Amino acid sequence: MAIEFSDSISIVLCGAAGQGIATVETLLTSALKKSGFHVFSTQEFMSRVRGGTNSTTIRVSTNRVQSYCEKIDILVPFTREAVSHVKNRLSSISCIIGNKKLFESNSDAQSCILVDVNYEAVAEEIGHRVYSNSVAVGVLAGLLQTDRQLIAGLMADRFQSKGEKIVNNNIEAVKRGCDLADEIMSSNQLPPLPSLINQPSVSSELYLSGRDAVALGAIAGGCNYVIFYPMAPSTGVGAFLARNRLKFGIVSDQTEDEISAINKAFGAWYAGARALVTTSGGGFALMTEGLSLAGVTEMPLIIHLGQRPGPATGMPTRTEQGDLELVLYSGHGDFPRVIYAPGTLKEAFLMTQQAFNIAAKYQVPVIILTDHYFINTSYNLPSLDYENTIVEKHLIETQSGYQRYQFTEDGISPRGIPGRGEGFIRVDSHTHTQNSQITEDPVIRKNMVDKMFKKLQQLKEVAIKPNFLGNSEDEVLVISWGSTFHNVKGAITELGKKGHSLSYLHFSQVYPIHRSTSDYLKKAKKIVMVENNATGQFAQQLYLEFGIKMTRKVLKYTGYPFSIEELVKELEKELK
Amino acid sequence: MMVNSSDFDREVEVHWCPGCGNYPALKILKETLTDLNITPNNAVIVTGIGQAGKFSHFIEGNMINGLHGRYLSNALAIKASNPELSVFAISGDGCTYSEGGNHFLHTMRYNPSIVNIVHDNAVYGLTKGQASPTSEIGVKTGVQTLGVYNTPFNPIAVAIAQNASFVARAFVGHAEQTKEILKKAIAHKGYAFIDLFSPCVSFNRINTYQWYRENTYYLEDSYTPFDQKEAIGRALERSKLPLGVFYINERPTYEDNIQIYKNDSRPLWERDLSKEKLKTLINSFR
Ligand SMILES: Cc1ncc(C[n+]2csc(CCOP(=O)(O)OP(=O)(O)O)c2C)c(N)n1
Ligand code: SF4
Repeated sequence: MAIEFSDSISIVLCGAAGQGIATVETLLTSALKKSGFHVFSTQEFMSRVRGGTNSTTIRVSTNRVQSYCEKIDILVPFTREAVSHVKNRLSSISCIIGNKKLFESNSDAQSCILVDVNYEAVAEEIGHRVYSNSVAVGVLAGLLQTDRQLIAGLMADRFQSKGEKIVNNNIEAVKRGCDLADEIMSSNQLPPLPSLINQPSVSSELYLSGRDAVALGAIAGGCNYVIFYPMAPSTGVGAFLARNRLKFGIVSDQTEDEISAINKAFGAWYAGARALVTTSGGGFALMTEGLSLAGVTEMPLIIHLGQRPGPATGMPTRTEQGDLELVLYSGHGDFPRVIYAPGTLKEAFLMTQQAFNIAAKYQVPVIILTDHYFINTSYNLPSLDYENTIVEKHLIETQSGYQRYQFTEDGISPRGIPGRGEGFIRVDSHTHTQNSQITEDPVIRKNMVDKMFKKLQQLKEVAIKPNFLGNSEDEVLVISWGSTFHNVKGAITELGKKGHSLSYLHFSQVYPIHRSTSDYLKKAKKIVMVENNATGQFAQQLYLEFGIKMTRKVLKYTGYPFSIEELVKELEKELK
Repeated sequence: MMVNSSDFDREVEVHWCPGCGNYPALKILKETLTDLNITPNNAVIVTGIGQAGKFSHFIEGNMINGLHGRYLSNALAIKASNPELSVFAISGDGCTYSEGGNHFLHTMRYNPSIVNIVHDNAVYGLTKGQASPTSEIGVKTGVQTLGVYNTPFNPIAVAIAQNASFVARAFVGHAEQTKEILKKAIAHKGYAFIDLFSPCVSFNRINTYQWYRENTYYLEDSYTPFDQKEAIGRALERSKLPLGVFYINERPTYEDNIQIYKNDSRPLWERDLSKEKLKTLINSFR
């Protein structure tokens, strides 16, 4: 039986790259949020600049909405290919609203409710077909009872730089769209859509994406140097920081390659900067010798890795959680590291912020693992708690005779930087003495390795606890990590409505793993792991660390994210 | 405060073979820094891996001994993070032209104010005598048993063609002239590159001190290093190899171009996040 989602409406915009779907999305989500509705949107697109078929799913809701569903209430097709592109998501309640030429002869559309609206023709009446997207915004906004005054204001802001005529024509286009919506509704062409209730308090909430949350977290963490070689889906974080570089005094470097990127980050931290590298799996693979360098030299480093399906070039604009083992095992030799995998926008902001402090304090590399889905998904949230964050530098002014790798009780040697104090900052990629001289002495070697691993003990103490939702009496414990949080939670909520009680353990830090995990694993009768990869890489980690095997692994490696519907189906199997 | 050459001495065993060109190179650098009153505190020596890469271990002061091939990236970022530091990037021909070739090409384009000294001994010293990118065709080694057949890399010509802002060649056997070239490089604003002939007495039996003395000459006093075409012409000479400053092309440095030091010269470590600006930025998402 299909899930109803009675408190929300799901709109899909589908067309070719270059047709302006993103503009419609931006305007519509902004108008809806400002009207007081909860809004979620996620994009899937092909790795091409023009053509192909891409889609954006927008969910509008009375209640907070942060997860992805397949259900489509309204589809706006921009090309002939659009309907077939999403055919598996269409049902008898789906309304296709657009130029009938795009769907009338398509058998995939026939079970749906079809509404012929020619956005282009209306746009041409206004003066040019470029306004057709604004007509579409108007139709959708009108159907969803958005504040019309507010949309006119948004149009004015958006097109301000293009002059008065263009602003006015866009406002006119939206108005005509809203009128069309009125006609559609009064002529009873549509079945009743779920009726939504807006709340004024939502209108002033933030609306941001995973990319924004990571980049804002970096700024809050005191990031003043961003280094990257463009690679989807990680580039947006670099571009965001580059655009804000003068405001925040950030050095932004699109470098010659990823090997240079990591070695620049190293030089920057050495000199006292707080550098972020942003990359994807392929780029990270090239950085691994640099990661190892940070290991032996106890240099802080922050790497944001936006995952996409591999191996090799894989699917550049699709999603996967396939690089956990890569970041866990990369870099030759033994050395400690920290790996975060935020599941919510709030976590992405706070964990990226905190990554800078943890790296600075413990002098280790910290990796933030996201993925295409997380980076390209947005929703509204009340605020980001930047006020309670602090930038911890963990730097000292050195005295003469300073030794960079002085042995200490806790393994952490106070970190100085060149140009501040009397001491010399000597950093060596070989196994070194306390003062960074090359050494092959077995005792010093062992002491230096032990020093590094004393820090791992402390990193375990400050590891972020997994997030437990549910009752410890539940028979089934579902586990997932990183970007799957909201979708798994959404599925468990739906199952709850059907009377099934499952508990859920989500990990936003995947290494080192918090020790409380052990209790949850021991208590659970059945454990189901949900991962967006082919082998269950995190399940393997839990097995290695705690010796417990999963009852079932729900693995998806098509390049696409889990939907609530498919997770409900998968989890139900364990309930029978 | 006066700087003494001995301020740069370290009480450690030096690992090079007796007679290695790296010894006079080390002495030349220490004396030049002393002459210019650069203290070990405001200099950073950044090296890669190789015999020349060990340089940083034998000189007092701030240093990074990083990875094979990657030291230019370290050095550039240090300068960008704190333009007040004098950054010296030093390594071998294998490290710079082979493993780090891409960084060599691109550092020229960025034009950071760092001095890059490449100890060119036309061989891989540390890994015991394989051919390097500057080895001549026909040179036999334990690996290239029938002789090198790859065309040698011409770092000077490449740097000039790429419009590197300061391009010079020197020879460790000529201490005074090398010091003069080094002083010009240090005074230069922008990327200053010196290919430094530095004999490997253990593995290169062809390019000896004697050979360099006989097969090099200095660019004439009348030579002006501002004409790119003429400079390239000189860089292509093979019968006798010119020494001296081939090319200077003054232009904005990387530190200038990144803009953030224009109104605020403080290095990055001294700066703090403005929460007000962060608040404004976050609120722009409302
Ligand atoms: C990634 C990597 N590859 C290979 C090596 C081994 N290695 C160390 S030094 C060197 C070459 C040294 O030649 P050069 O840079 O010319 O310096 P020299 O020893 O002659 O001064 C090599 C291949 C290494 N350290 N790291
Ligand atoms: S092997 Fe050659 S380069 Fe290395 S120390 Fe000996 S002489 Fe110098």
